[in-house]
Amino acid sequence: MSDTLLKVRDLKIGATVYPPGEKPRDIEIVHGVSFDLAPGKVLGLIGESGAGKSTIGLASMAYGRGGVKITGGEVWVNGRDILKSKLGDIRRLRGGEVTYVSQSAAASFNPAKKIMDQVVEAAVEQKKFSRKEAEARARALFAKLGLPDPDNIGDRYPHQVSGGQLQRCMTALALCPEPDLVVFDEPTTALDVTTQIDVLMAIKEAIRDTGVAALYITHDLAVVAQVSDDIMVLKMGNTVEYGPVDQIINNPQEEYTQALVSVRSIEHEEKSPTEEPVLSVRNITARYKGTQFDVLHNVNVDLYPGQTLAVVGESGSGKSTLARVITGLLPPREGEIEFAGRVLSPDLKGRTREDLRELQMIYQMADVAMNPRQTVGTIIGRPLEFYFGLRGAEKRKRIIELLDEIELGEKFIDRYPAELSGGQKQRVCIARALAAKPKMIICDEVTSALDPLVADGILQLLLELQKIEDVAYLFITHDLATVRAISDNIAVMYQGKVQRYGGKSQVLSPPFDDYTDLLLNSVPEMRLGWLEEVIANRKMESAGN
Amino acid sequence: MSPIVKLLAQRIALSLLLLLLISAVIFAGTIVLPGDVAQSILGQSATPEALANLRAELGVNDPPVERYFSWLFGAIQGDLGTALTSGQDIAEALSNRFWNTLFLAFWAAVVAVPLAIFLGLLAVRYKDRWPDKLISAVTLASISIPEFLIGYVLMYFIAVKLRWFPSVAMINDSMSLLDKLSAIALPVAVLTLVVLAHMMRMTRAAILNVMQSAYIETAELKGLNAFQVIFRHAFPNAIAPIVNVVMLNLAYLVVGVVVIEVVFVYPGMGQYLVDHVSKRDVPVVQACGLIFAAVYIGLNMIADIVAILSNPRLRHPK
Repeated sequence: MSDTLLKVRDLKIGATVYPPGEKPRDIEIVHGVSFDLAPGKVLGLIGESGAGKSTIGLASMAYGRGGVKITGGEVWVNGRDILKSKLGDIRRLRGGEVTYVSQSAAASFNPAKKIMDQVVEAAVEQKKFSRKEAEARARALFAKLGLPDPDNIGDRYPHQVSGGQLQRCMTALALCPEPDLVVFDEPTTALDVTTQIDVLMAIKEAIRDTGVAALYITHDLAVVAQVSDDIMVLKMGNTVEYGPVDQIINNPQEEYTQALVSVRSIEHEEKSPTEEPVLSVRNITARYKGTQFDVLHNVNVDLYPGQTLAVVGESGSGKSTLARVITGLLPPREGEIEFAGRVLSPDLKGRTREDLRELQMIYQMADVAMNPRQTVGTIIGRPLEFYFGLRGAEKRKRIIELLDEIELGEKFIDRYPAELSGGQKQRVCIARALAAKPKMIICDEVTSALDPLVADGILQLLLELQKIEDVAYLFITHDLATVRAISDNIAVMYQGKVQRYGGKSQVLSPPFDDYTDLLLNSVPEMRLGWLEEVIANRKMESAGN
Repeated sequence: MSPIVKLLAQRIALSLLLLLLISAVIFAGTIVLPGDVAQSILGQSATPEALANLRAELGVNDPPVERYFSWLFGAIQGDLGTALTSGQDIAEALSNRFWNTLFLAFWAAVVAVPLAIFLGLLAVRYKDRWPDKLISAVTLASISIPEFLIGYVLMYFIAVKLRWFPSVAMINDSMSLLDKLSAIALPVAVLTLVVLAHMMRMTRAAILNVMQSAYIETAELKGLNAFQVIFRHAFPNAIAPIVNVVMLNLAYLVVGVVVIEVVFVYPGMGQYLVDHVSKRDVPVVQACGLIFAAVYIGLNMIADIVAILSNPRLRHPK
C-alpha cells in the first residue's frame, strides 16, 4: 500500500443549471481542489452550503449527485485513478474500498428493509465477507457504536429506532465492509446537541479502533476540530486554507477562516424586566387531539416589551407546541394566554384582526413560507393592505422602507423568492412580519437552516430591528449559542416542562440542574480535546433522540 | 387490537357496504330501464290479457322494495333467480360462463402483469434512452387503438393469413388445456395489448418517484448495479401504487372483456350479458351486474390490503 490512500489533484466539478426563463448552461462548482489523505487519517472538509464539500466527498467515490459531473483532475484511490476506471471497477470501489455516511440516516435507510439486510449488503455484495461473517461484524460494530441490544437491533426496521441510533447504524453500514476510507457527510448535523456528542464520540472511537481513514464533511468547525487531523476550508469551490487542525483552529491565516473561527461574536446586554409583560403564558397544559398524554405541563413564562425570551430545548421538548398554543393553532386544555393586557381567545377563530396583527411569526423554512409565484413586493405588501389598507404609491413607499430596514433595498421589490439566497429569503420573511407593526414576533428556529455567517447576520438584523421598532421576540431554538447571543430571558424546556427560567445571566450561571448542565456542555467548543472532556464529566445520559 | 387488523377489518367492512349500495343501484337502474319483458317474450301481436297474465306470473307487478329484498337474499344464498326468457336457472347458466371469463382474464393477466412490470423496470433502467421511448411509444399506440380493431387486425394477419391460431375462440370442457390455450391465444394477445400500457407506465412512474429517494443513492454508493438497485431497493417501495393499477386492470380484464368476447365469439359472461340485454331479461342483467361489481370491489379491496401490508410502518409498529 502506498502512503497516500486518497490523492486528489486539481479536481474540477461541473453541473448543468436550469435558470427559470433561460437556456440551461454549464457551470463549474469546484475549481481545482487538491489534497492528500494517508491511511488512518481524518481530513475535515469545512465550508458553508455551496462550498462544494459534499460534491468533493462524493467525487472520491466517482459519484456525481443529480446532474453533477466531474470535469477534470485526478482522484487516486489506492494507487488507481478512479476517474479513468471502468464502471465495473468503480462499483467494486464503492461499498468496498470507500463507503459513505449521509447527513440523514432516516432518509438513507430503505424503509422497506430490515436494518441488518442493509448494513451487510455492501460487504456481501462486494464479496468481502460471507453473509454470516458480515452479520457477526455488524453486531460487533453495533456494540462498539453503543447501540442498545446490539444482537437484535438489526432485525428492526429503520422506523423502529430513533434518529441518533439510526445515524450510528449508518456508521456501522459504512464500516461493515472494512473499507479503507469512509466519507462522513454532515453525520451529526440533523441531531440534537446532546445526541450529537454521543454519535460524534462513537464515530471518533470507531475511526480510531478500525484504523480507517475518513473525509469528514461539515459546516461546523467546532465539530470537525474534535475528529480531524487536517482541515481544509472551502469557499465557493475553492480551497481557502488547508493545514493541520491545530493551525486552522488556533492560528488561522486567512480572513475567511478567522471569520469562521470567531463566529457568534454578537454581544448583547441583558435587559431587566420592565413594566408589564406583553405576553404572559399562564399555567398552560396542552395535548394534541386524539392523543392520551400532555405535551406541555403547566408552562408559565413572561415576555417583556422590546425584549427577547429564548425558549430552548431538544426536539420533542414541547417548544414548538408552545408556539402553536400562543398562536391559537392548538387550544390548550388548561391555562390562558394574556397578550398586551387582554386575554386571548384560546382558538384562532376567536381572535380579532388586531390580535393577529400584533402577534406575527417567522418560520425556520423561509422558502416554503413564501408563495414562489409572488414577488418580494407582493409578499411584503400583503400585510400592509390587509391590516392598514395601504394602496398604490403609499404602499410602495412603505415596502421600500421595509426593504431598506432589512438591508436589501428597492432593487429587490420585483424579484421572486427563487432568485434569493437563503439569508435573503429569511430577511424578506422578517420584513413581512414587521410590516404588520407587531408588538411581538415568534421566531421558530429562524436561523437553523442557515450557514453560521449568514445566521449571524440575521441575528444582528433582528437585534437592530428590536431597537428601532421596540418589538418583543419569542425565540424558539435548540441552539444555545444563538440563545447566548440575543436573549434577555431564557426558558429551558425538557419533556414539556419549563426546567429552568429566568434572566440570561442567571440561567446560564451555575449551579445548574443536570439537564441544563448537559445541554450547555453539549454545545461543541472550538478547542481540541473538548469532546473527551465532556464525555468524561457528564452527569446525565442524553435522551438519545 | 393491533392497528393493522383494525385497518384491514375497516377495509373489508367498507367493501361489503359498498357492494350492498351497488346492489341497490343495479336493482333500481334495471327497474327504470324502458322496455317490457312480457312484450319481448310474446312478440308484438300478443293480446293485452296475455301480457297481463305473463307479467303477473313473472312477478313484475310486485312492489320494487319487496322484490329488491327477495332478490338480495336470494343472491346472498347463491340463487340469482331464473332467466325470464329461457326459464333457465341463472346461477347455473352463469357459473360455466363465469369460469370461462375468469379463464380468459387469468391467462391475459399471467401474460400482461409480469410483462408490464418487466417493461416498466426496463424503461426505468434505460430512462430517456431509446428502449424507454420505444416501450412508451408502442404501449401508448396499443392503448389508443380501439380493442375491437386490434382484434380484427390480429385475426386477419395471424389467424387468416398465417393460420397460427384459430380466429374464433370457442372452448368447451372436452378440450385439453393446450387446445384451450391455443384457442384463446388471440383474445389474450388483444387484452394484453389493451392493459399493458397503463400498468407499465404506472410501474415506471412509481419506481422513478422512488428513485429520487436518498436510500437509492445509498444503494448506488454500495456499488450495486442498476438492476439490483431498482429491483431490491426501489421496487419494494413502489409496490402499493403498482398493485393498485394492476388490480384496476385485472378488474377491467374480467368486466371489460364484453367487446372481446363478442369479437372472438368466446362463451363468457360478456356475451351472455349482451344477449340478454337485447332480450330485456332483467334478472340476468342484474345478476351479471352484481357479479361484475363484486369482482371490481373485491380486486380493489385486495389492492388496498396489499398496500397496507406492504407498508413496514403498519406491519411492524414501534
